[in-house]
Amino acid sequence: MGPPGLFPMLRYVLIKFATLVLLLILVSLTVFAVLFVLPGDPAQIILGIHATPESLARLRAELGLDRPFFTQYADWVGNLLLGRSALSIHYKMPVFELVASRLAVTGPLALLAMLFAVAFAVPLGIYAARHQNRPQDLAVMAFTQVGLATPEFWLGILLVLLFSVELNWFAAGGFPGWAADPLGSLKALLLPAFALGIIRAAILARLTRSSMLDVLREDYIRTARAKGLRERTVIYVHALRNALIPVLTILGLQLGQLLAGAIIIENVFFLPGLGRLVFTAIGMRDLPVVRDVVLLMAAAVVFVNFLVDLAYAAVDPRIELH
Amino acid sequence: MSDAALLRIEALRVSFRTPEGPGTAVDGVDLAVAAGETLGVVGESGCGKSVTALAVLGLLAVPPARIETGTIRFDGRDLLRLGEEERRRIRGREIAMIFQEPMTSLNPVLPIGRQVAEPLRVHLGLTEAEAREAAAGWLEKVKIPAARRRLADYPHQLSGGMRQRVMIAMAMVCRPRLLIADEPTTALDVTIQAQILSLMRDLKEETGTALLLITHNLGVVAQMAARVLVMYAGQVVEEAPVAALFEEPFHPYTQGLLRSIPVLGGRAGGAKTRLAEIPGLVPAITERIAGCRFAGRCPHAFALCREDPPALWAIGPGRRARCWLHLHPERRRHHG
Repeated sequence: MGPPGLFPMLRYVLIKFATLVLLLILVSLTVFAVLFVLPGDPAQIILGIHATPESLARLRAELGLDRPFFTQYADWVGNLLLGRSALSIHYKMPVFELVASRLAVTGPLALLAMLFAVAFAVPLGIYAARHQNRPQDLAVMAFTQVGLATPEFWLGILLVLLFSVELNWFAAGGFPGWAADPLGSLKALLLPAFALGIIRAAILARLTRSSMLDVLREDYIRTARAKGLRERTVIYVHALRNALIPVLTILGLQLGQLLAGAIIIENVFFLPGLGRLVFTAIGMRDLPVVRDVVLLMAAAVVFVNFLVDLAYAAVDPRIELH
Repeated sequence: MSDAALLRIEALRVSFRTPEGPGTAVDGVDLAVAAGETLGVVGESGCGKSVTALAVLGLLAVPPARIETGTIRFDGRDLLRLGEEERRRIRGREIAMIFQEPMTSLNPVLPIGRQVAEPLRVHLGLTEAEAREAAAGWLEKVKIPAARRRLADYPHQLSGGMRQRVMIAMAMVCRPRLLIADEPTTALDVTIQAQILSLMRDLKEETGTALLLITHNLGVVAQMAARVLVMYAGQVVEEAPVAALFEEPFHPYTQGLLRSIPVLGGRAGGAKTRLAEIPGLVPAITERIAGCRFAGRCPHAFALCREDPPALWAIGPGRRARCWLHLHPERRRHHG
């Protein structure tokens, strides 16, 4: 048994990493296969409906669209791994650059949203759990019920009406760009991040509450109280760390989804994020963009889950046994 | 009961809100523990012994529990009249407790060294380094092998017996004047049980701590306690010095408990005898009973038992019993 060594930890990380790689391979195959069988010929879209069959065939050959499935797949993955970007059909620029500029909006937006979510959810959940079945708890539960039932675009519109139209504290949408106006860019993300975060806070708060209630019934909480620890030590040191373990899972899922872009909220606030990029790219049959962005979205989810697994190991010493 | 009692509980009544309506878990319990003494409290699960212990520490969840009446005096102070902050200062410092389940009573995400050191930090204001040093000393004292190297271990890396040793160290670090042990060995293997009991005896001798030992196991009581209290359905039914209780149990319930202990090689001639059991079940705490609570299961019960509740009468030196047979000894039936 002995003290927790470096080796089991390293083994845990390696196993999780191997799982990550395997998942990415499966995801890339799926993404590629789906787009491969999807109707809509990129060559036709580029050249228009009046193109001759000969020019279509030439372009297909140029784009490699006439080659077998696995050759095309290997090409795509090979280029990705070598860092060679495909060219966007619609935007006429390297997909990597396109994605990087959009990720600079979506990434901070997602992180900010989760920051809001956690900042509201965890204290609310603890508060509700400590006042179980009393008016304070019922108030939190009612509030989160409303949060669960609110569509985020509608909340976004309300926020715009209140803070932009009425109070004039924020611009109603748009994004000035980090290089041009860092502070203005951050400000532009606040309202949409708040809209995204508060909706996610609802489910996180309920989860924190129920997880906290489970933990507060545990024998070791009684032990902590029997030792004469202060109530805040009992709650924040002995209970919270245990209670956060299931919360981490959902938090990771939410962050992964947000990194994949919040299509609706980006449209409400005119933010040039990943969600809007993929939305436009699908409409334009911009296959190279769609392929890379969808893979990136899936990879974001898989990668965040990997991070959550690592976080588990940091929070829960028993994890190395699994 | 001497007046120098360290802990004196009088007329304690604890009720619970249950889905079936209000119930009384502890009904007028009186008990006293002198400084340095070991008092055994014996009874089946649900007899109110653990609830009494939790009431002493102030750890009952209110609601569903409610202390209806009674006083709990510790060193002259009535604990039930103290504020939560004052009670917290007593918990872990003057009165400590160890629980039945060593597997779940330690926090799984905190190293054991830290958990043992916590009472020292909060009650005695020791620095982290000092508390750690003292915790290491106590882990050695409870005979955890290579104690110093295990400070950073987590509970899941220890066996049940080792965890109970950690619990004992954690309870004893502030040298409390009263240790409440609620079924401390019930969850452990028999061989480990003996080790834990002998460890508790040694530590008690060394520190002079009084021990309130709660158990359903009369064998444990015989090894550890000088005086025994038998509880049934929320009430004390018999109190006696340990030797007297085993030699001459008065209450039919106590007699039943003693008959249900297996005795190794107990019957000469190798004749096999069935282990006696007490027929019937403990009444639910929500049940309203007019007479004696044990009457329904008692082989001696007569009409009076079912009509009037008996009092806890003094029946001899240091002995009390709650049974009508005290006033009507002729009603006791003698079995062949």
